[in-house]
Amino acid sequence: MIAIVDYGAGNLKSVEKAFDYLGANVVVTSEPEKVAAADKIVLPGVGHFSALGALVNMGLREAVLHGARAGKPLLGICLGMQWLFEGSDEAPELVGAGIFGGRCRPFPSSVKSPHVGWNSLTIRGGSRLLRNVASESFVYFTHSFQAPMVSGTAAATEYGVPFSAVVEKENIFGVQFHPEKSWNVGLLMLRNFCELDSRG
Amino acid sequence: MLTKRIIACLDMDGGRVVKGVQFVNLRDAGDPAECAAAHARDGADEIVLLDITATSDKRKTMLDVVSRTARSLFVPVTVGGGIRELSDAADVFEAGADKIAINSAAVKDPSLIEKIAARFGSQAVVVAIDARRVNNSSIKDGFEVFVAGGRTPAGRDAIQWAREAAACGAGELLLTSMDRDGTKSGFDCELTQRVADAVSIPVIASGGAGTPQHFIDVFRDGHADAALAASIFHFGLENIGQLKLQLRAANVPVRWPC
Repeated sequence: MIAIVDYGAGNLKSVEKAFDYLGANVVVTSEPEKVAAADKIVLPGVGHFSALGALVNMGLREAVLHGARAGKPLLGICLGMQWLFEGSDEAPELVGAGIFGGRCRPFPSSVKSPHVGWNSLTIRGGSRLLRNVASESFVYFTHSFQAPMVSGTAAATEYGVPFSAVVEKENIFGVQFHPEKSWNVGLLMLRNFCELDSRG
Repeated sequence: MLTKRIIACLDMDGGRVVKGVQFVNLRDAGDPAECAAAHARDGADEIVLLDITATSDKRKTMLDVVSRTARSLFVPVTVGGGIRELSDAADVFEAGADKIAINSAAVKDPSLIEKIAARFGSQAVVVAIDARRVNNSSIKDGFEVFVAGGRTPAGRDAIQWAREAAACGAGELLLTSMDRDGTKSGFDCELTQRVADAVSIPVIASGGAGTPQHFIDVFRDGHADAALAASIFHFGLENIGQLKLQLRAANVPVRWPC
């Protein structure tokens, strides 16, 4: 069972639909118990970084982190990926999971923000999430803040600056773009996630 | 590199596609779910479903269509037409849309943009602006906003309204030149460029697509981030893939191969 964590930020329908299409057993839930009972966890999210504050209030932060520490595959999407870092300048008071170092920052003023549309991935190799995904594949982004390049960066994208498009560290995965909206390339990543050993 | 998007728009009435599609391989050329899937296979970067009648008795039909279309379509889907309040938007998202497009209702009450953006995120809110060239001293930039499907002048300057919509939290602007719409004589690059340069959010150019050169022009001269066409198969091109190959040959960055 894959738990898609619903903390009230945006529309989770598309993420759920993509997993359904792949034949995965998914539940959209805001209950910490259901997150704890799942084999895999997906943390989606769109909008403002402050929306992630609800994770704490709803008791979901501990459930997600506990699962991740227990070796369950965790996939953060968009805002959910940014939360895996230490924090974001978008809501400086909010503490991220700190699994990856550094903070999310706005794009430089040389480019329009938000970054919306299809951009390419430069893949570093060795990623389990990106198995069989070709470097320079296009995926769909929509975001105003970008995560720094770190040792866990599995794929980078360039928009004004190079930033982390995919991060990966053991059982923890994050994607800045929307795999559920990235055509066959995105579905391939979600299938790779579904096929991971649930003990990481 | 961030690519320029090609967006296929399906104009719908009573759950059927009413113009702009001439597929040869489809059993039912008027079925939106099949049309949208065929466009996506051909390389469309996004799909827009536009309910051009949007009467209240047809709302349920539209929601069924959105649900059926979005079910197995893994590119962004925008739905427009008849969204007047937050609950209308919520219904469309529930049916599987990724973004909504609002037009008249936003002009009437710009706070609607903020309300939908606060609940679903700015990335989900596209403000559609229908503009026409006018010679009227009260419209200082010469482009006036029209509402109610282009029937009613709003008495507002299009460039100013674009700035205001962006400030209210719109994620993108869908800018249609009413002068060019349906003419196949090219996008209004001047209008597009003035709006695109006035805001920091992406601008989707619409109205007037007739040849691949028109797309090249609106990306280069109009500074558009995306271009939308309904009658995209009417230029003697077999599909969007062919259009993208021509754009690529002209050094316009596009998502290809898809």
